[in-house]
Amino acid sequence: MNNSLIELNNVSFTYSSENNHVLRTLSMEVQDGDITAILGPNGIGKTTLLHLILGWIKADSGSINLKGKSQQQYSRRDMGQLIGLVPQDEHISFDYSVLEYVLLGRTPHLHPLELPGKKDYIAAVNALKKVGLEKLSDRSVTHLSGGEKQLVLVARSLAQEPKILLLDEPMSNLDLANKIRLIEVLNSLKNEGVTILFTSHEPEVAAAISNYLILMGKENIIRHGYTDKLLTSESLSKTYGIKINVRDFEGKKIVTWH
Amino acid sequence: MSNFETLADPPGKRKIVILSLILLLVFILALFSGRYPHGGIMNPKLLFTDPLAWKLVFNLRLPRLLTSLLLGVSLAGAGMVFQMIFANPLVEPGFLGVSQGAAFGAAFAIIFLGSSAWLIQSSAAFFAVAGLGFSYYIAKRVHYGGWVLRLILAGIAVSALFSAGVGIMKYAADPMSQLPEITFWLLGGLWSITWREFFTVLPVSLISTIILLLMRWRLNVLSLDDETAFSLGISPGTARLIFLISATAATAAVISVSGIVNWVGLIVPHIARRLFRSDTRLSLPAAMLLGGIFTIFCDTLARSVFAGEIPLGIFTSLFGAGAFIILLLNKNLRIQK
Repeated sequence: MNNSLIELNNVSFTYSSENNHVLRTLSMEVQDGDITAILGPNGIGKTTLLHLILGWIKADSGSINLKGKSQQQYSRRDMGQLIGLVPQDEHISFDYSVLEYVLLGRTPHLHPLELPGKKDYIAAVNALKKVGLEKLSDRSVTHLSGGEKQLVLVARSLAQEPKILLLDEPMSNLDLANKIRLIEVLNSLKNEGVTILFTSHEPEVAAAISNYLILMGKENIIRHGYTDKLLTSESLSKTYGIKINVRDFEGKKIVTWH
Repeated sequence: MSNFETLADPPGKRKIVILSLILLLVFILALFSGRYPHGGIMNPKLLFTDPLAWKLVFNLRLPRLLTSLLLGVSLAGAGMVFQMIFANPLVEPGFLGVSQGAAFGAAFAIIFLGSSAWLIQSSAAFFAVAGLGFSYYIAKRVHYGGWVLRLILAGIAVSALFSAGVGIMKYAADPMSQLPEITFWLLGGLWSITWREFFTVLPVSLISTIILLLMRWRLNVLSLDDETAFSLGISPGTARLIFLISATAATAAVISVSGIVNWVGLIVPHIARRLFRSDTRLSLPAAMLLGGIFTIFCDTLARSVFAGEIPLGIFTSLFGAGAFIILLLNKNLRIQK
């Protein structure tokens, strides 16, 4: 029995305005319950990969299966219940309260004409508690710091209760304490059976929480495999095109460069 | 988990009830306000003694008041819809060629179709919807920029085309009969409203309003970035189109009988958001109620301040722009863009 939750078969993708492939015949699988880190230089297509899995953009060729079923066979609402996205950044135009904003994550669980009820409020409040922002629930989202905003976006996805959670550079605006907090949140989600994919610029974060790793390098060379095997000086150096050293230090991997 | 009741915001709901009561009060006061038998408020007892008062209130004022209620509800509701789906607090229902389309349609009918009320209204409604369709068609075929930018650009271009058309019509119009009629239509007013106009507008306006109210949670989701709305299980394009069509249909229906009434769709949603915050569960019904209050208030002034009637659009612009300037100068208002 194949246990893969996300399956990419020969997926290619090119933005219509450019000629270069972002992805070329990529095949890979993500197992149920994995935490997958996606590393690679800026502009290499990490976000594109997340958007393809989400279905927001369509592959030029190849297919993507989710839970053994083609992505196309899912309704929009089913997809909303299956996959959540924490975008890198988000433009907020109106002054919702933090709680209202997190409540928006309940949308895929509501019928088109339904308003959120008590159950949805409970999910939203619990999500806020998980990221440690329950005290801010009445604050306007337009008055948050960058880190708080990022955690609110995470909380909204937690309220969504998806089976698969995609996070696009979720740590980029967080201070050290909040970064550790988010790592704990992701670990506890893993224990609840949520499959996680996140992009990052920090190999140490990838080493700390991921068990699977995707390295997206130049010329569409994509390496993927278990983090403990793949996160090496050689593979990182090739991915980024500079000399990088990965060392073991008290059971943790640390990354140095010249 | 004891305070979910406060989270569900009954104070907000209470404010909605208060607004509804204010609307009812304003409606009743307006019904008895006017210049008969003398300026000011009529004694309701007169209804039972003076047949002319009865006729005036039930055959002239009531349909007009109900229509101005529909006008305010539709324009303010549509304004809120436009502002949310374009994530831009400065757009209004006239945007996307709708108002200028209606103006063109009315002028066209006045000059070429013999200026019967029925034809002017149909032609205005037709070109209002055509304005949206044309803007949408162009936006679909632009190959750069985000969807919102494309629609805004297309809307500006289509509006400009229609207003050039209105200019030509005015130039060609008979200055003694047709030109004043066009000018008055463009200023907006409800002096010609009878029960017939009210019942023509009612179905479209009412159905659109109900659709918007029922779907209002989705409006919150559509104010987010498209990829986020998509990740929450929505098709942003389809959902946006449903809102656009409902809001435009309501706008086209009401302005076909009222002419151009500016500022209601722009300023009232702002005030609603100031009072109820942005969540459309409260702010959309609040905008509709406030729109009704504002329009009835302005229309009552329009017909009772002077012996001759002043076009409604003048009052809505006067008060709307005034309120807008006050909002702009308010130190607590912060624009996030």
